[in-house]
Amino acid sequence: MKLSLTVNETAHELEVAPNALLVEIIRGDLGLTGTHVGCDTSQCGACTVEMDGRAVKSCTVLAGQAQDARVTTIEGLGAPGNLHPMQTAFQAHHALQCGFCTPGMIISAIDLVKRADGRLDEAAVREGLAGNLCRCTGYHNIVEAVLAAAGQM
Amino acid sequence: MNGFDYHRPETLEAAVAARAGAPDSAYLAGGMTLIPTLKQGLAEPSDVIDLAAVAGLAGIGLEVDRLTIGAMTRHADVAASAEVQRAIPALAYLASEIGDAQVRNRGTLGGSLANSDPAADYPAAVIALGARIVTDRRTMAADDYFKGLFETALEPGELIRAVEFPVPRRAAYRKFRHPASRYAVAGVFVAEIGEGIRVGVTGAGPCAFRWTALETALAGKPAPAAAETAPLDFRRFNADLHASAEYRAQLVRVMARRALANLAA
Ligand SMILES: Cc1cc2nc3c(=O)[nH]c(=O)nc-3n(C[C@H](O)[C@H](O)[C@H](O)COP(=O)(O)OP(=O)(O)OC[C@H]3O[C@@H](n4cnc5c(N)ncnc54)[C@H](O)[C@@H]3O)c2cc1C
Ligand code: FES
Ligand code: FES
Repeated sequence: MKLSLTVNETAHELEVAPNALLVEIIRGDLGLTGTHVGCDTSQCGACTVEMDGRAVKSCTVLAGQAQDARVTTIEGLGAPGNLHPMQTAFQAHHALQCGFCTPGMIISAIDLVKRADGRLDEAAVREGLAGNLCRCTGYHNIVEAVLAAAGQM
Repeated sequence: MNGFDYHRPETLEAAVAARAGAPDSAYLAGGMTLIPTLKQGLAEPSDVIDLAAVAGLAGIGLEVDRLTIGAMTRHADVAASAEVQRAIPALAYLASEIGDAQVRNRGTLGGSLANSDPAADYPAAVIALGARIVTDRRTMAADDYFKGLFETALEPGELIRAVEFPVPRRAAYRKFRHPASRYAVAGVFVAEIGEGIRVGVTGAGPCAFRWTALETALAGKPAPAAAETAPLDFRRFNADLHASAEYRAQLVRVMARRALANLAA
């Protein structure tokens, strides 16, 4: 089937299988491998991308559900030398170790800050990032990074 | 995942006709249950009928004594809705406690009720508030809707359009959340409505149910202590590696006590 969608401000017209997942299109068809697949069972959040202004788990979105959608992946946020404030904060606060969870974590964190209206504290960040699992950091520095970035976004 | 054809109808009639025309087809709401089920091969529909573009299925409307929420309304939108927060704040709170942010951004009221997971949150509110489930062909009372484990009164192809919640004088929800899945190990919704207080329980039995013995014991007064002594038959409660039936019964008592204390506060 035909799929048109915009990823990181670039419009695409693709021929995809009806049972293709959004994450397969992003990683396979478009070669944007910053979005990761950790579990493929909707649990870990490594595959999180922004779709039409909301953080979603792209392993649990069918191609057709992304018809005409606007998607942002980690590659669309910033570039070396010109990072998004959330990326800079993750770097400054050592909020990653292996980095596997980081792309999804950063997309979720930006979504959280956007919705929070300036009312974020540690508990709200931990609760707000419950859909993103990190096996390395113990979350402490992630929470610090998100709170620091929230003041700069 | 098995192959299937994907459809994106724009009217209710077209969606129902597409479903009726292919006996092995399935409606798709947010996909938060259906897509994992497809991946596991537990469902193998020939056709997937996406309800996302169907006009009139999403949205929230408040009349004086009735809050109507469209089947395709996402949990995040219920949680953030000013109308829901004003009319039934406990329902907005319940929605904000479902799963995680990404699940709330996709999952829907209709999908949750059609699925009737024994540990889902919304069924407790639907039961306690005595909501009405409006489908493409009829309106059902909550008390007639939940039939058993993943089993509802929906006929094959029947489509939930909306749920009508009577506005209670007060309501409260408390759940004991599974720390990993975040589903309710036990959840209790209490609502002061009509003549008395209604109590809806989820997580404990094969499907959500009213704890009528507690309703009787309360006799309209939010007395938290009654939750400790009201008869509660747990012989058919769920028992799994997370909690035995007896432990779930205890959790139901504690969640009911806390919800009632919140109601009284
Ligand atoms: C990680 C995770 C954590 C979760 N935690 C919780 C939790 O804590 N509490 C909780 O309550 N839920 C939880 N959920 C479930 C979530 O709330 C979803 O709402 C629920 O799975 C239904 O998903 P959906 O609305 O996307 O429906 P879908 O998955 O698209 O559909 C579910 C079923 O309903 C049918 N259906 C959908 N819409 C309709 C309709 N309008 N009429 C008739 N049939 C319909 C479909 O055919 C399908 O059989 C969790 C899910 C995940 C993945
Ligand atoms: S890969 Fe999508 S949630 Fe884990
Ligand atoms: S940094 Fe390794 S999983 Fe998070």
